[in-house]
Order: sequence, then C-alpha cells, then structure tokens
Amino acid sequence: MVIDDLIEIAEKERAARKKHVVRCCMAAGCMSSDSKGVKEALEKAVKDAGLEDQVEVRGVGCMKLCCQGPLVQVDTNEPGATVEITTGNQGPLYQRVTPADAASVIGTLKGGKTTVQCGDPKDPFFTEQFSIVLANSGIVDPERIESYIAAEGYQALHHVLREMTPKDVVDEMIKCGLRGRGGAGYPTGLKWATVAKTPSLQKYVICNADEGDPGAFMDRSVLESDPHSVLEGMAIAAYAVGATQGFVYVRAEYPLAISRLQTAIKQAKQQGLLGSGIFESPFNFNIDLRIGAGAFVCGEETALMASVEGKRGAPRPRPPFPAESGLWACPTLINNVETFANVAPIVRKGADWFAGIGTEKSKGTKVFALAGKITNTGLIEVPMGTSLRKIVEVMGGGAPDGGRIKAVQTGGPSGGCIPADALDTPVDYDSLMKLGSIMGSGGMIVMDETTRMVDVARFFMEFCMDESCGKCIPCRAGTVQMHGMLTKILARQATVRDLQKLEELCEMVRSTSLCGLGQTAPNPVMSTLRFFRQEYTDLLKKDLYGGPNGNGNGEPKPAPTA
Amino acid sequence: MRGRDITSVPLSDMIATLSNKKKNRLPKILEHASGDKRFKILEAHMKKHQFKQDALIEVLHKAQELFGFLEDDLLLFIAYRLKLPASRVYGVATFYHFFTLKPNGKHTCVVCMGTACYVKGADKVLAAVEEKARIKAGETTPDGELSLLTARCIGACGIAPAVVYDGAVTPRQTPEQVLEKVKGWIGHGN
Repeated sequence: MVIDDLIEIAEKERAARKKHVVRCCMAAGCMSSDSKGVKEALEKAVKDAGLEDQVEVRGVGCMKLCCQGPLVQVDTNEPGATVEITTGNQGPLYQRVTPADAASVIGTLKGGKTTVQCGDPKDPFFTEQFSIVLANSGIVDPERIESYIAAEGYQALHHVLREMTPKDVVDEMIKCGLRGRGGAGYPTGLKWATVAKTPSLQKYVICNADEGDPGAFMDRSVLESDPHSVLEGMAIAAYAVGATQGFVYVRAEYPLAISRLQTAIKQAKQQGLLGSGIFESPFNFNIDLRIGAGAFVCGEETALMASVEGKRGAPRPRPPFPAESGLWACPTLINNVETFANVAPIVRKGADWFAGIGTEKSKGTKVFALAGKITNTGLIEVPMGTSLRKIVEVMGGGAPDGGRIKAVQTGGPSGGCIPADALDTPVDYDSLMKLGSIMGSGGMIVMDETTRMVDVARFFMEFCMDESCGKCIPCRAGTVQMHGMLTKILARQATVRDLQKLEELCEMVRSTSLCGLGQTAPNPVMSTLRFFRQEYTDLLKKDLYGGPNGNGNGEPKPAPTA
Repeated sequence: MRGRDITSVPLSDMIATLSNKKKNRLPKILEHASGDKRFKILEAHMKKHQFKQDALIEVLHKAQELFGFLEDDLLLFIAYRLKLPASRVYGVATFYHFFTLKPNGKHTCVVCMGTACYVKGADKVLAAVEEKARIKAGETTPDGELSLLTARCIGACGIAPAVVYDGAVTPRQTPEQVLEKVKGWIGHGN
C-alpha cells in the first residue's frame, strides 16, 4: 500500500457515489428498534421502484438523536458537484421509521409524499454540535474501510509515517493541548512523551474501551460508527512511542462494537494498513482485541492491564506508572477511545487548529451521552467550555412533559450531581472539579424533580460496593458501610450522628483507597450532601431525648426543667 | 473438618489422600472430555492462543459460549491444559460478572439497571418481573424456564429503560410491556 493506492480507493469510492444516499442508522440504539429490518425494507423499496442506479442505501453509525430511532436521512448530491462524500447535506431526517414506511420514504425521491415523522436538521440539537470525533459518525459505513478512506481516512497515518519523526508527532500532541478523555484529563502529549523516552525493546499501546460508567455510551458509539478512526489513532500513537503491538480492551456487553472492530482490523490488515511495513516504511504494528468480562474496576488502567494478562482485574499501586512499567512490565501507553479518535484529525488539520477550540486549559471538543429525564436523548459533541445550560436546555430541549430539571449527574459513579442553579458552569475539567464532580468519560444524566437524591447516592454506592475488587480495605469495607448508612437514612432510621459518621467515612475512603474506584466512590454522596443536604436531614429520625451522651443528635442534652 | 482430630492422622497419609484425590480426578475429567466434541473445539481455541496463560479470559469466554456455564470439571480441564493452578482459574472465573458457574434458564430477561434506565423506572420494571415470576434478580425459576438478570449498563441509555430478552435489546419498556413479554416464559410449573 502506497499513498497512490489510498487515493485510488478514495476516488473509486467517490466515483461510485449515486445521486441519492439514504443513510440508515445501524448503531446499537436504533438496531434494537429494528433498524436492520428498515434497511432491508429500504433496499427492497429501491429495487421495486427501479432506482438502483440512483439510490444507495447505506448502513451508517450513530446519527446522534437516539431517542427518535430508527433514524433515516436522505441526502441528494448535486450532479457534478465536488461535495465531499462525508458531508451529509442536510436532507430530510425521518424518525421512528418502521419497515412498512420504507416504500413511502423512497417514494419521496420520485416526488411522492410521506407521512413518516420528519425531524428538523436545523434543530439546535444538531446545529450547536461541533464534530471532530463524531465527524464520520452517521456518514461513513463502519463496515467498509473504503468508506472511511474516502473520508480522508488513513491519510494522517501516511503523513506521520513518511514525513514526521516520532518526536515531531509527540511535540504536535503536546502543542495541541489534548487531555485524556477517559475522565482524569491527564495531558495526552506528556503521556506519549514519557512512553517514548522510556527505553525498552518492547512497548505496547492499549485502547481503553471498557466503558463501565452506567449512563455513558460515547465510546460504544464511536467504536460502532467509526472504528477505523480509533485504529488509525492507535497506529499513529504506536509510531510516536515506538510500540509494535496494540490491544483494544472492549467490554463484553458491547457485541456490536466487538464485531465492527473485528471487521475493521481484518480489513485494515488486508489493505496493509496494519501489520508489517505499513506504507512501505519500516514501521510494524498489530492490533489484537481483548474482551472484558464485566468488571467495572477494569476501566482503571492497572486493573485493565492485569485483565489483558489474563488475571483478575485488581489494580496495583502507582508508581510505577504504566508509561514506565505496564503490560508485562513493558512501557505501555494507555488512552481512552475518544482520545485516540481525536489523534488523526489533529494530525490532519494541525495542532494549532485544535488548540484554537475550547477553553484555555481544556482544548478541543467533548462527546457527551445525554440521557435521563430529558427530551432529546442521544450523543452530542460540543467545544469545551460550553455551558451546561446550553447543553441541557437548548440542545437537550429540557425536561420532558413540562418537568423541571433538578440536577445533572456527570462522571457516573465517580462523579457528582450538579444542581440546577449551577447550570451556567462551563463544561471543562477544572470547573466541574470545583463543583465536586468530574468530567468523567462523558455520561450526562439529567434528573428532574421526581428524582430523590439520597436514592441516587445509594444507587451509585450500591454499584461501587458490588464492583469493588476487594484488594484494599477502605474501598472493600467502606463502600459496604456507606451503603448501609444510606439505606438506614432512607429507612428513616438514622440520626444526625449517623450523618456525621457518613461524612467522616466518605473523607476516609476518598483519601486512603488504592485506586480511582475507591477514591471517587464517595463523590456522589459528598456532592449530593453539598447541594441537597436538606433531603438528607428531612429523612433523619427525630427522637430528641435519647442516647447516653445527649440526645443522639449531636446536640447537648437540654437542662432538666425544674 | 470441624470436630475431627487432625493430629491423629499421620501426615504422610494425609498427603497421600490429597494427591490421590487430585490424581483420580484428572483422568476422569480427561475421559469425560474425550467423549465430548465441545472440549475439542475448546482445545482448538486454546491452541490458537498457543496455550498461553494470559489467554485465560479468552478461553473462558469460549468455554462459556460452548457450554453455557462453567462447571468445575471444565475449569479444571482449562487449568490443566493452560498449566495454571486451579485456584487461579477459579479466581478469574468468579471475579468477573460475565462468567457464570450455574446454568441459566431456557430464556433470559436482562433488565438494564444503568443510571439512565434507573431514573426512568427500571427498578419498577424489575420489581414487576420479580413479583410475577416469584424470583429475585440473579435467580432462575424452579422449572428452569426463565433467568432474571440485571445488567450494569448495556449502553443503550438513549432508549431507556431497556430490557434484553434472549439477547434482543428492546427499548422503552414499561412494567406492563415486560409482563406481557415474559408471560409465556413463566408459570408453566404451577
């Protein structure tokens, strides 16, 4: 494979483009509403209408507005125009399509009318998005490498291999200011630099696709919609740090993402874009899949590596950091799916372009999975620094049925609840940290007035309790105790002193646990206590005069009345 | 062992009994394995991974796919073939939620209990099935027809609450819809 072959594939793909492209969402959300049946029916309808030479039915990845699935969008290409194959030109977006609707949707291309619910592509949900990671999502066919190549795919890899030294690549990553999208926000360039300068015969690159946070589905969508962008990012990273072997660690709960990745790896190998001597350079790189087996703690990097080695996913203390001693004690670069998906666009468009997006300390965009009590659920990608209010009220359309938004939960079980009056906070790593939450991987759950915050705190604590690996005591025993106290509070059996104990325990578990799971497990409790304390105190027992030392409420015993 | 005086048994005898036990079990397992085609497929899969010990999780995935669940003999067979201590194989198999050591029912109903599904009422959906089938989450009905499971998050948050019936994800479920769906799977025994 040389660059001419790549261009040839892209041009062939563009030349084969037909007048109309009917894009049908084939991501897991829409698939569960029978989008596969819709696609088959559309193909049949095209055949019946005799439009095969004019209409292409293309299965694509996530089209973002998951709540209205299955989604079908019809694009019309102007004949002879040089429009990129990637840019969908905003044709009608049909929602909740059933196989029975297929004929009438295709009929519109012949001037017919259809009664299928038609969404507005000019809705703020779409227009306010800024796509880097999701640029190809919903446009390219994730099961065909040619489709990705036609969207300038693998050109960044070629550029890096032929025209840049590994050091240039690392410098570019430092300059662009990209920070890890897995949640902690460690500067990606620095991590790459550390791995690159650690001497070793063998180095590894791992893509962390163990998206365990309940309520987050960004990584799943990226893998299902545009798997090649992740593979390309990994290959560039491997060249920069000097690795020859990569692993993608995916959760077993994502069967579709696994099969799309397998297809993508196979196709990339066939085209010589993975393997040995890529683009006729001396660079070799292979990627293998590792399937997780349902353990949340495996999202923690040291636990993940233990799992790749076939062991129980128990974390170990850091340092040594994986960048110095990771998988099989070799230097290992480990990044999140979204981080890798950012790499190829950065190389293609330059670090300065990327650094111009977002805020001073958080560059670029972030993908969020919007879910819960909100009108528009689905995937959004916005520049860092966008206010929560804009995301939730303008793009998300607010709470459904006239409800009032009470809080937004970010960061899953490691994050916190942001109250409605703090909605003007810009979304970036540091602002969310100040509010006692974290950016996390990007799950955003909206809660309305009917959600009880103590209940939510207990829900997350139950999750952490079950998922604690049991290696360190603060997390193993602390989560059980905290869960017990929250249950007691909910049962209206707790006193003020229990609440104090809960707070002390939160602080202790946070500061003494071994890994991120334990250290962040108290966050949901601490943040709900901070902003919704009233809900806790309302549930406390009001037995005023009891207990050996005062009244059990932490107040002095009232003086006996004479 | 409680109540039995260990000191009265000579140490050499104890070791002999233990090693006999170990010795006796293995040929039986191998004999059992030789008559079962699935063990051959599993062994081919291990060969694909060059019997590498770090392929243990992949091998367990395959084993569960072939057998439905991981019984003791199967785990010992894997331990023997990968030259791993049985404790390590058992440890890994019990650590991960995905592996099950008990057979599942004929049908499975997995209620997603991720945050998005939870705030949209997955707890009510689960409670409805629990009440109707008279089993708790994680259990199988006595007639072996239905296993009721919960998932941590299946990533289908945009269509919450989601329920997976026999592997098919179904969006926006209400307690009524779930009961309608599982109606045919429960109540045959009584």
